[in-house]
Amino acid sequence: MADIKIACTVIAQVKSICDKYGNDPGELINILHETQHLLGYLPEDVQRVIARKLNIPVSKVYGVVTFYTFFTMSPKGKHPISVCLGTACYVRGSEKLLEEFKRVLGIDVGETTPDGKFSLDCLRCVGACGLAPVVMVGEKVYGRLQPESVKKIIEELE
Amino acid sequence: MEQKKVTLRIDNHSITVPDGTTILEAAQEIGINIPTLCHIDLKGMCINNHPASCRICVVEVEGRRNLAPSCATKCMDGMVVHTSNLRVMNARKVVAELIFSDHPNECLTCPKSGDCELQSLAKRFNICEMPFAGGELSLRKREVTASIVRNMDKCIFCRRCETVCNDVQTVGALGAVRRGFNTTIAPAFDKNLSESECTYCGQCVAVCPVGALTERDNTNKLIDDLADPDKVVIVQTAPAVRVALGEEFGYPAGTIVTGKMVYALRELGFDYVFDTDFAADLTIMEEGAELLDRLTRYLDGDRSVCLPILTSCCPAWVNFFEHQFPDLLDIPSTARSPQQMFGSIAKSYWAEKVGIPREKIVVVSVMPCLAKKYECDRDEFKVKGNPDVDYSISTRELATLIKRANIGFRLLPDSDFDQPLGDSTGAGVIFGTTGGVMEAALRSVYEIYTGSKLNKVDFQQVRGLEGIRRATIDLNGFDLKVGIAHGLGNARHLLNDIRLGINDYHVIEIMACPGGCIGGGGQPLHHGDVDIIYARQRALYREDASKPLRKSHENPFIQSLYEEYLSKPLSQKAHALLHTHYFNKSID
Repeated sequence: MADIKIACTVIAQVKSICDKYGNDPGELINILHETQHLLGYLPEDVQRVIARKLNIPVSKVYGVVTFYTFFTMSPKGKHPISVCLGTACYVRGSEKLLEEFKRVLGIDVGETTPDGKFSLDCLRCVGACGLAPVVMVGEKVYGRLQPESVKKIIEELE
Repeated sequence: MEQKKVTLRIDNHSITVPDGTTILEAAQEIGINIPTLCHIDLKGMCINNHPASCRICVVEVEGRRNLAPSCATKCMDGMVVHTSNLRVMNARKVVAELIFSDHPNECLTCPKSGDCELQSLAKRFNICEMPFAGGELSLRKREVTASIVRNMDKCIFCRRCETVCNDVQTVGALGAVRRGFNTTIAPAFDKNLSESECTYCGQCVAVCPVGALTERDNTNKLIDDLADPDKVVIVQTAPAVRVALGEEFGYPAGTIVTGKMVYALRELGFDYVFDTDFAADLTIMEEGAELLDRLTRYLDGDRSVCLPILTSCCPAWVNFFEHQFPDLLDIPSTARSPQQMFGSIAKSYWAEKVGIPREKIVVVSVMPCLAKKYECDRDEFKVKGNPDVDYSISTRELATLIKRANIGFRLLPDSDFDQPLGDSTGAGVIFGTTGGVMEAALRSVYEIYTGSKLNKVDFQQVRGLEGIRRATIDLNGFDLKVGIAHGLGNARHLLNDIRLGINDYHVIEIMACPGGCIGGGGQPLHHGDVDIIYARQRALYREDASKPLRKSHENPFIQSLYEEYLSKPLSQKAHALLHTHYFNKSID
């Protein structure tokens, strides 16, 4: 978990998200959603800011962040890579793809490369099963991938 | 309007209960004890955990497809309930076996063994083997703090600790983290308790049904010290210990065992057996003088004076305001807790009197509390690294030691505390219950402020177990407004009011644990029986009433301590030895 101090401007933005939801503890999930959309992740300091604004223990915020796999505490890379492990992609070998991404990037699922360029995640079905196995990089979808093409994709992105 | 009633059948008994009663409660009324595990309900103390997550209390309700958790299912008219038919008994056993499958099989060496609710269920359900093996996760956190030991492998996710920490104490140190098999109960960001807002009140330990949360054990260290001929080991015992220790030896709750306890402590080998109650009397002298000082200055028109003054005897409460209300650090009394006053006086006044160097003296305290273990470790209570109180053991640990030393507690004669630090008044005794410090203070403050004798020393208006109580005491025409809160959630209410400037109290007593020290985290476990706490409270008032002296300032040994050593309350020497300062511990 990267220990990064958050800039004042970012804190002000997070606070205004909380204000927008009336600092209502019942809106915690929406606030976390919007904050993650803004920052790409939910670092410790940001969770503390939200807890203080909503007047709830930070342990509660952390509980929600760790409960939902959508929320993440590590910053995403410039190119967030998501390998589909849905049924169709899985039977067409997406697990091997995932292993290849791990090997080439030298990171595990949920991690980001030290240079901040790539992060690796899994997802379940993007509705493009005809192209299985599918990998998403940012908003772009790559279909019918073979492990051999992994290295090329990464080189292109670099 | 009369409350609606419902009539149902439970195991062939017909029973009529108020609408809203759970099956579990209705069954209890007719003597049917449905087993529970996650559920705990200390009625009147606002400790209520009913997540219905463990499924141990399931019963069959005719007409329903699934078994129902009796703790969370309301009685309905015409319901027919079976609490112990074959289907229910088998289901319950399987539920227990599944819980065991993810629980370390370490009963032999578990500190909770013999007092563990899961272990009792295994016995009750006649579980002699573990049918479901594997899947056990043993990567969860272990942590040893000065007060509390966490071994989260043993956690069964009853959520009791989370409920007391968040809903009752409003500390919010513990919460559920992650999901499914990877769930654990932890402070935010999986940090250590020692890096969280934890106050060490120990209420999580008091309700944990298993060995996941236990106390830091100091008994082995104590046995070593007692055997060391070069050390003079002295002990002080807190007021709430004497009305609870008996429970560990089969006495009914509320039995006063002061005399036997003192005898047992001598048998254990303590060189001197003293009483924290003495220091409680001393606390009243200092805290009372501080109140009167602030009050007279305020009444003389000095508006820089901070009122209300808050008591400061409870170390968990001190931690709470240091963490959560750092802007109010100048409001609490600066008086140290009785435990620390005792240690400070023992290693100065008494040490000089008997001619023993400070370094040779080991001061041990027996406390109903786990935060006291942490408190003696605070740096400001050390002189050149040597602590005023070396360490603290809980009521439970004392019971363990007595059993370990082969002492037949029930056969012991009574014995008296040693002097001079063992003599106390009734005022010192009631420190162990919510409202007690206030009443003790009132007894002295009244007489000192008005200059006239108090005819009736009982202040009934400050007694009781309501979470927040208030009273107005007539001090010869001046209305002294007092407030009392026990449980940190209640304390938070009062503190929020103070922060907003909407209160008119002159003095407030706060105890972190529900009930005060009688309900402390180091006491024999109540296992959800709130009557035990009520009985301990009544016992303290009985002990108070039986004392020849009942006002702290009349304690002759306190008087001579001031004459010989401290000169007067709030003197320079008293400040150095008996007062403290507070720190901003807010994490943000």
